[in-house]
Amino acid sequence: MRIEKDLVAASATPLVLGILADGENYGYGILKRVRDLSDGQLEWTDGMLYPLLHRLQRLGYVTTEWRTPPEGRRRRYYAITDAGRSALAEHQRQWAAVAQTLANLWDGSGPLPAVGRA
Amino acid sequence: MTVSAVEAQIAEWRGFVARDSVLAADEVEELEAHLREQIAELEAAGLAADEAFLVAVKRMGSIDAVSREFAREHSGRLWKQLVLAGGAPATRTSNGMVAALAFAVAAAVSVLLARLATGFPEEESTWLVRNAGLLVLPFLAGFFAYRRRLPARRWLVAAVPFVLAAGVVNLYPFDAGGSTELLVAAHLPVVLWFALAHPYTGGDLRSHERRMDFVRFTGEWFIYYVLLALGGGVLMGLTSLILEPMGADVAERIIEWVVPSGAAGAVVVAAWLVESKQRVVENMAPVLTMVFTPLFAVMLAGAAIVYVATGIMGDFDRELLGAFDALLVVVLGLVLYGLSAREPAAPPGWMDRIQLVAVACALVLDGMVLASMLARIGELGFTPNRAAALGLNLVLLVNLAGAAWLSARFLTAGAGVNRLERWQTGYLPVFAVWAAAVVVVLPPLFAFA
Repeated sequence: MRIEKDLVAASATPLVLGILADGENYGYGILKRVRDLSDGQLEWTDGMLYPLLHRLQRLGYVTTEWRTPPEGRRRRYYAITDAGRSALAEHQRQWAAVAQTLANLWDGSGPLPAVGRA
Repeated sequence: MTVSAVEAQIAEWRGFVARDSVLAADEVEELEAHLREQIAELEAAGLAADEAFLVAVKRMGSIDAVSREFAREHSGRLWKQLVLAGGAPATRTSNGMVAALAFAVAAAVSVLLARLATGFPEEESTWLVRNAGLLVLPFLAGFFAYRRRLPARRWLVAAVPFVLAAGVVNLYPFDAGGSTELLVAAHLPVVLWFALAHPYTGGDLRSHERRMDFVRFTGEWFIYYVLLALGGGVLMGLTSLILEPMGADVAERIIEWVVPSGAAGAVVVAAWLVESKQRVVENMAPVLTMVFTPLFAVMLAGAAIVYVATGIMGDFDRELLGAFDALLVVVLGLVLYGLSAREPAAPPGWMDRIQLVAVACALVLDGMVLASMLARIGELGFTPNRAAALGLNLVLLVNLAGAAWLSARFLTAGAGVNRLERWQTGYLPVFAVWAAAVVVVLPPLFAFA
């Protein structure tokens, strides 16, 4: 199953903020987490992560610095700020409301009609 | 495939990415670090080095798309690239020049014809002063509408403010040389300048980023215009020196004929230069802001201390009031320009602090001026000039107070500079509405005196 592009885009901000809420991370590390978490169903174009990170930085949701970990290569690390945490909380509320709405709808009407059973 | 061959491929890829001027050096470095990690992981999973490189590049996605996304994020760079609203490719400089010259000549001719029609060279009518903006700025609007390839409907929308302004300015029965007429003459170009925002932004007026572009454009246009004016001054000075043997009034005649039209044409040429010679000024405008913000901060702090210590002596005459309004406009300009040239993600720095000092001092001064002005109005009543000055002062005061509050929050609480930018771009319509009110509402209120 491939998740539709609009849905991927809409979930990108809460995903990144949520991953950073677990601890600071760098671009490639964030993408790996997304892949693991979604079992590869959420496909990102890798490059697009970086403009998003810069946008979050401009909004004051994340801070960033270049660091070289011992025995590693130089990386740009991102960490979530308090403003980022409250933005994340707001995203969580909204997504929960959306998920709840869909669940109410689909639970009420019994099992989903299977594809091709017309 | 050897390690050095992959290194060569990566270097080539980096060269390709870096050629795209939108991406800053550390963004390229960040993307490269990403690419290297991806390659390393794919190699660890058993792929050959060149296969790993190909897969990693493919996963990175189209660099065009990525840099477009970056540019959208940093609208200053989008502007640098001249990728205009709607993502249309930039017009080529050469045909841009022909169009710019055509519009500039049209503006110059329109000024000349208007002067001849109103009795030049025998007399200079105040009709010209009142209509000056209308003789020049429609051509600049036309230049942008043409350059942005606006559809016909948008051309009409862009023309509406000019038509309305022409109606108001020419149907009102002004007393010739009265203060309402002079106020209209001073405010109309401001109103029309705001009207330019529509064709400039390609109709995308709601967007915060496009508005900031327009602010940026205004600042750089001003710098170019001053440079052109200086050059024109040197040219005219040399002309009159060289023509002196033919009699002093020959040179004077020529200057009289040429300068107003030249000034009109330069309005369009300066706009075209801003658009096509971005990089030159790009290095200049932030430098000018950096130089003058501290100097103005020192001057304002000194003035504030002197005024607070001594109180305001005697009456506030009109010149001093005008000087204060000009000062506030300059401070606002420095704030706006400093903001628009600022790297959005940068943490608060000393420039932000100096700017806050300048704004705070300007606020103190303006508060005192306002108090004295209100006292004077209470004593002597409103005149058109006092009403206009009071209004401008209030509009500027509110803006600077908001700016001071938000930049103090930016410096202390670490709130994003974003809020400050949005406050400024959100406030732009207030200036436009105020200037329009002076043109449209004030003259009837004071019986066109």
